[in-house]
Amino acid sequence: AENKQPWRTPCTELLISVATPGCNGFPSLDSKESYKLNISRDSLLLNADTVWGALRGLETFSQLVGRDENGMYYVNETEIVDFPRFPHRGLLLDTSRHYLPLKAILETLDVMAYNKLNVFHWHIVDDPSFPYESFTFPELSKQGAFNAMTHVYTASDVQTVIEYARLRGIRVIAEFDTPGHTLSWGPGAPGLLTVCYSGKDPSGTYGPINPIFNTTYQFVTSLFQEISSVFPDYFIHLGGDEVNFTCWKSNPEILAFMKKMGFGEDYTKLESFYIQRLLDIVSSLGKGYMVWQEVFDNGVKVRPDTIIHVWKNNVPYAEEMANVTKAGYRALLSAPWYLNRISYGQDWMAAYQVEPLKFKGAFLQKDLVIGGEACMWGEYVDVTNLTPRLW
Amino acid sequence: GGGAMGRAMGLVGLLVGLVVVPAVLLGAGFGRGEPPPEPQPAPSERDAASAAIPEDSLWPLPQSLRTSLVRLQLAPERFQVLHGAGSSAGPGCGLLQDAFRRYYEYVFGRSHWRKPHRKSLSAQGELSQLQVVITAPEPGCDSFPRLASSEAYHLTVTEPVAVLKADEVWGALRGLETFSQLVHEDDYGSFLINESEIYDFPRFAHRGILLDTSRHYLPLKSILTNLDAMAFNKFNVLHWHIVDDQSFPYQSISFPELSNKGAYSYNHVYTPTDVHLVIEYARLRGIRVIPEFDTPGHTQSWGKGQKDLLTPCYSGERPSGSFGPVNPILNSTYDFMTTFFKEISSVFPDAYIHLGGDEVSFNCWKSNPEVKKFMRKQGFGIDYAKLESYYIQKILDIVSSYNKGCMVWQEVFDNNAELKPDTVVEVWMANNYAHELSSVTRAGFTAILAAPWYLDYISYGQDWTKYYSVEPLNFPGSEKQKRLVIGGEACLWGEYVDATNLTPRLWPRASAVGERLWSSRNVTNLQDAYKRLSNHRCRML
Repeated sequence: AENKQPWRTPCTELLISVATPGCNGFPSLDSKESYKLNISRDSLLLNADTVWGALRGLETFSQLVGRDENGMYYVNETEIVDFPRFPHRGLLLDTSRHYLPLKAILETLDVMAYNKLNVFHWHIVDDPSFPYESFTFPELSKQGAFNAMTHVYTASDVQTVIEYARLRGIRVIAEFDTPGHTLSWGPGAPGLLTVCYSGKDPSGTYGPINPIFNTTYQFVTSLFQEISSVFPDYFIHLGGDEVNFTCWKSNPEILAFMKKMGFGEDYTKLESFYIQRLLDIVSSLGKGYMVWQEVFDNGVKVRPDTIIHVWKNNVPYAEEMANVTKAGYRALLSAPWYLNRISYGQDWMAAYQVEPLKFKGAFLQKDLVIGGEACMWGEYVDVTNLTPRLW
Repeated sequence: GGGAMGRAMGLVGLLVGLVVVPAVLLGAGFGRGEPPPEPQPAPSERDAASAAIPEDSLWPLPQSLRTSLVRLQLAPERFQVLHGAGSSAGPGCGLLQDAFRRYYEYVFGRSHWRKPHRKSLSAQGELSQLQVVITAPEPGCDSFPRLASSEAYHLTVTEPVAVLKADEVWGALRGLETFSQLVHEDDYGSFLINESEIYDFPRFAHRGILLDTSRHYLPLKSILTNLDAMAFNKFNVLHWHIVDDQSFPYQSISFPELSNKGAYSYNHVYTPTDVHLVIEYARLRGIRVIPEFDTPGHTQSWGKGQKDLLTPCYSGERPSGSFGPVNPILNSTYDFMTTFFKEISSVFPDAYIHLGGDEVSFNCWKSNPEVKKFMRKQGFGIDYAKLESYYIQKILDIVSSYNKGCMVWQEVFDNNAELKPDTVVEVWMANNYAHELSSVTRAGFTAILAAPWYLDYISYGQDWTKYYSVEPLNFPGSEKQKRLVIGGEACLWGEYVDATNLTPRLWPRASAVGERLWSSRNVTNLQDAYKRLSNHRCRML
């Protein structure tokens, strides 16, 4: 019948009330993202402690609005109390294996917001390419990018990403992975990487960052000074994974250093030697750090507020989660969420059924799990297939 | 995209990156989770990719190729593709006129012709024309490509004029694609081509892609983009699996209710105009469109708009409310099919129609008392494969009466239906497909191979190598038998595919199948293929 109106008075306002100011700040690990949504006949109310909670509530509100056959928008009376179970809900993009144009990154940030993901883990450089334009060391991208004019992230690009993310309540955590995964750093920073030897002579190839030279640490200090200033988040991801010892073992100066330091044949000690100095440098810059699990596994001494990123599957990751948290460190889970490992069918279910806290440990221990990250490594991913592969 | 805009050649950065990436890909394979690779050469060691030799991006590899170091320059403002003297085709040949323009744009991009280009220091002369000469008295300009069409061509590139000779226009299309792959840009943006001579023809005559528009509707644009990509890879058959259980998007003139009730929505249909567009767009690229109307199974969506077509399933004595395959015992079924396939035969010009015939579940038939009665009457016992064959044979007869050849999935052969000698059997079951090829060809039927090329089965890493390494004729059989294998198809079933992910999922993995079906049997080197395929892929973008 024409005159029947199933709607109450049309709703014209969604009122948003935020308790704590913070519009101009950056989201952090401690940010409160809780909100309350009250939709009733008299009013539409969104209450949140912080602007970050308001963002989450707006997303939810947008998901509640429906449209009927006549094109009328409507929303049901609703009461929602919401907050995230884990404070660190991240996504890793790899812009080294394949360059990702800015647009692709921004689009990804939009979709992250639709899904209430709040950390963009930017694995920005690695072996294949160095697209990050450094003002301290411009040669790094000049020599290390796939194309220094077109396949780089300028300072302005980086700020665009950080601000676009901030407006969506997303933290940007940059990863400058060392001492391994650094081949692209070599051309722009001569002397930084270890020269590999074939017998008595250099073989022409390079390995991880050379941990025995003072120049290395001068370089690292300057670079991380820049990174600390460019990226506002408290945390920087320092990598530290998959360090191949073959090149170190072949280099006579390193062999001499190992003897001098009394490390014997244990190259994890050399790795730790580097990592420890790196961690000190970054701490002194007033930043916290995240590292891949090898740093913990190899017994490197790290600060108590280090976040250990669990990614390996050779040992059941639940075991690693237990070990990391038992040692008192906060843990981040990625191992079951390597979305670059595609397979046929509805593989979203396997990702969904992961229970991050399913490991042997006390309740307080489990509180140390701050969340997880889905990873989209870039070996087989570029802008032509990123979006349908990730979402 | 794959259209006229996207075919810039020789993107230095991407190519340069690709020189480094292969080492990482082939060595590291997995970035994480795998043992680290050997120390790699520092990236500064990659050379200027513009020094790449022209054969480095040919795909598929021609049968015979001779190149020299003599380089010729092409001036976009002056260069012309035109009909050569003595060609049986001329300016009235719309198909070639269209192709000339299309390939000009692929080679030079849209903006290039405006700017005058300076003479390149690395060129020893200018190539001013590509003359296309069709030698057969009937060039085929206004006809549709057929299984027996000649796709051979002979391309000579020398100063000042390159000549592309082909029996029919189809060979000219293949040759134009190859010509466009020979032109490369140097560091200064000059267009260069090496003097060369190519004789080429496909190893297999049927080189297809299967698209499934029932599990997910594919908008027209998506299909047309795919036809472009097929042409880049010399594929010549679009196997259009247009309807199935989930939806019936084909708008039938004789039975409009089929799509009215069976399509996902009114927006998810292919009108007669859409269908014609696809057929013509394909024709201009030398691609045959073979529609598949799969019966008697895979027909749930047909029942929505055609009452009494499907078998009512029974739960004990009473209909359960659900339906099974097409009901083979009713005359109305065959009346329907007669009218329906009359329409299909007139709408789709190809000599072949694919009738499906796969995965027929017998449970519903077994539950239906009328069907059981019919089985008894026919003396089929409890062998429902006989009922299936009874049905299929009648459909095959109907379609034959419209002078169409039939393609069927292997079950039709496996279940001993009586097939006409010119029926093409498509082998799709992965388990022991070599054995199936033996059986099919031993029985004297032509076969096409799809089993190892189900590209909807995605997996991590460089699975193109798996598809590339298939040798279709690796099965026990005589030479005569092996000649009955006329080609194959890469299938992209649509359960997990729609317009949002079709292109990156299908390409460039299908390119591997394209080369396997076109190039010579002994073109198997993966390193060389990787080099050419990565260049080809960037060009396709």
